Amino acid sequence: MLLLVEQILNGLQFGLLLFLLAAGLTLVFGIMDLVNLAHGSLYMMGAYFAATFVAWTGNFLLGSMLALGATLLLGIVLEFVALRHLYGRDHLDHVLATFGLILFFNEAVRLIWGPAGLALPLPPWLTVPIQIVPGIHYPAYRLAIIVVALLVALLLYLGVMRTRIGMLIRAGASNREMIGALGINIKLLYTLVFGLGAALAGLAGLMQAPILTVQIGMGENILILAFVVIVIGGIGSIRGAFLAAILVGLIDTLGRAFLPNLLRQILTSASASTAAPALSSMLIYLLMAMVLVVRPEGLFPANRR
Amino acid sequence: MTMAFNVRNVVTALVVAGLLLLPLYSALSGNIFILTLFTRIVILALAAASLNLIMGYGGMMSFGHAAYLGIGGYAVGMLAQEGIGSGFVQFPVALGASALFALVIGTLSLRTRGVYFIMITLAFAQMAYYVASGLARYGGDDGLTIYKRSDFSGLINLSSRVQFYYLCLGCLLGIIVLIWRIVNSRFGLVLQGLRSNEQRMQAIGFPAKRYRLTCFVIAGTMCGLAGALLANNTDFVSPAVMYWTRSGDLMVMVILGGMGTLFGPLIGAVVYLLLEEFLSQLTEYWAIIMGPLLLLIVLFGRGGIMGLLGRLNRG
Amino acid sequence: MADPLLRVDNLVRRFGGIIATDHVSLDVGDREIHAIIGPNGAGKTTLISQLTGHLAPHGGSIHLAGRDISRLPAWRRSALGLARSFQITSLLPDFTAADNVALAAQARAGHSFRFFADARKEKPLRDAAHAALQRVGLGGRADVPVAKLSHGEQRELELAVALATKPRILLLDEPMAGLGVTESARMVKLLADLRSEVAIVLVEHDMEAVFALADRISVLVYGRIIASGVPDAIRGNDEVKRAYLGDQHAVTKHV
Repeated sequence: MLLLVEQILNGLQFGLLLFLLAAGLTLVFGIMDLVNLAHGSLYMMGAYFAATFVAWTGNFLLGSMLALGATLLLGIVLEFVALRHLYGRDHLDHVLATFGLILFFNEAVRLIWGPAGLALPLPPWLTVPIQIVPGIHYPAYRLAIIVVALLVALLLYLGVMRTRIGMLIRAGASNREMIGALGINIKLLYTLVFGLGAALAGLAGLMQAPILTVQIGMGENILILAFVVIVIGGIGSIRGAFLAAILVGLIDTLGRAFLPNLLRQILTSASASTAAPALSSMLIYLLMAMVLVVRPEGLFPANRR
Repeated sequence: MTMAFNVRNVVTALVVAGLLLLPLYSALSGNIFILTLFTRIVILALAAASLNLIMGYGGMMSFGHAAYLGIGGYAVGMLAQEGIGSGFVQFPVALGASALFALVIGTLSLRTRGVYFIMITLAFAQMAYYVASGLARYGGDDGLTIYKRSDFSGLINLSSRVQFYYLCLGCLLGIIVLIWRIVNSRFGLVLQGLRSNEQRMQAIGFPAKRYRLTCFVIAGTMCGLAGALLANNTDFVSPAVMYWTRSGDLMVMVILGGMGTLFGPLIGAVVYLLLEEFLSQLTEYWAIIMGPLLLLIVLFGRGGIMGLLGRLNRG
Repeated sequence: MADPLLRVDNLVRRFGGIIATDHVSLDVGDREIHAIIGPNGAGKTTLISQLTGHLAPHGGSIHLAGRDISRLPAWRRSALGLARSFQITSLLPDFTAADNVALAAQARAGHSFRFFADARKEKPLRDAAHAALQRVGLGGRADVPVAKLSHGEQRELELAVALATKPRILLLDEPMAGLGVTESARMVKLLADLRSEVAIVLVEHDMEAVFALADRISVLVYGRIIASGVPDAIRGNDEVKRAYLGDQHAVTKHV
């Protein structure tokens, strides 16, 4: 029972992180029509920056803030130097160009930080287990991730739905020429939106860093999951991305936690221990396949044509 | 196909001639490495050609094509492991498995369009990667060594480098001819029409999905052949061959060479892989150069190398 | 009395809060030219799109030769004899005029799962293509890539493509749009000739052509049919006059 609650919370936490990533992707795709495969690289950079700055400053919070800022800056520079030239072009061009960026980032990281991964140790005050319900303890840090991610999700929602800038963002999502005609600096808007997306990716990366190893290629694995979330959740829908991300996070985590035991009842121990991770990894794709069969536009698509 | 005497065709002819004569050069100069290098290039050119069929002619941007390299390879590897060494069994199984996988994935993926299609094909290929990683009996993550190459009982000896090279080259050229016929056939015209203007094609009575799916399956099968050959070439197969960055490599080869042209994928594969080889001799961090290079190619190179050659002809 | 070739019953289509097609009913006979006119924004193209299957209606039904086609996809309806030309020219720009028409002919000549023979060398298809092109006056432009054809020639090509599918009924969405005087006259004559072979639903703004060709006219305003009948009756209809004269956007003649 304890294990179940813990795993559910883990799943929630993972799902929220996926949401942060998926939200960034959806924003950029929805507003600038840009397919950014290097989004995963920004996630990786967030993690690497965090590990580095925390080590430099010795302070976890300060290091994380710096890392967030650095990723935001990196995103803006990237947009300015390279990605803005891709607007309006074929999606295939985007895929290829950002694929090139992934290669570049992975190699640059290897050059600067070396091929071995980094570790980001947590300060003692974050490793304390917190009693959320009598008898059930959960690590403070993971709780913090959940809280922070929910807060960011709420801010995003309010920001996009209630502010003038958010209105522009939503307007931009439906009619690019119109906001340009309104005299609003589209270039600046796009740069800011991209920066926001980068910051979301970086945040996800730096929050995940203490839990997983910070290593080259970490961005790609989770990027694909973010894609799956978007497809399941629905095209262009942040709300859909949220719900789908939670769903995917829960299924993936619970699957990995409980499937091996389930399999061990059926198969021999040896086959089960190698088949289990593979099967658990497959769960999400099977879910995506099912959604595609039943509802190709996703479970909660934004546009109701 | 008119054989006009222009830059593009001359370059293509030279490249093909070069490939045909390569073993001779290798024998004369004693350079074995170049033969094995070009065997790999030829096999991947075959894979790229199959991807070009769905991308360049069919308009379907699949980011999961490397999955078929793995399926074809694992068919050979798994059968070899179980004691079935005959190429006459392994290769048809490789083709059949690839066709089946393409049928299932295609049916699901083609329910989406554009960028979502790209994402989904990517996701399914990763799924294949994870499945392969979980096959304990067949090496899992570490991969599977193939101790004996596919046996074609006297017809052709795959252990002979020269014979194997010509087999691969023969398959490549054969597939290119096949693609040429397909593209100009009734089926091919419908496919190209669908890429060009689906609304118009629906209006004159062509259901899009079944044509696209058929094309997808044909291309997947062709790539499965490449996979079977690749496994023989490296005497090894592992999940890494299906990792999504390999699909990216194939896409780059197609676009670099010139998407939608017959020999583009071949030229693209040759250039890309030679460049990779050359750069990795220069520096361990060759990807740092390759990355931005790709970016520049996308931004400035319209129509790839074939496009460039075509412009040279006019200018 | 026999079933009309095309029967539309209470067709409804909404876009959010706007009702674009408001319980439209009309019928078209076997060898009839039925024109649909109305001010801009009346919903004419929306109606055509629902008839051809490119847009799904929210209510009502469509019957072709007695058969309910309301749920059939566009390509199925085409196979049943319903051909369309588009208001905004929709052709295959990379192919030649002949290729475009031959593909349409190919759709009617058996299945297209043939992989080896060169389709451009199939004489029956090429002959059918040339015949259709000749008919619309593009005989000499057969091997020109579509992108290089003039706008007027492209409109004529649209008609040739529709004809090549051997239709029972043609749905033409502003075929005269952008045509010059000679081309317009040629198109009118062609449509008049076609009347004996195929039913035509003609959406047009060119009133001269409409009144010259139509056996019956239906007037669509704000998604509703406000009048339907023979040309003389429409000419004298007060409501129609109000709809047009009271509306700044009405176009009555092409130049």
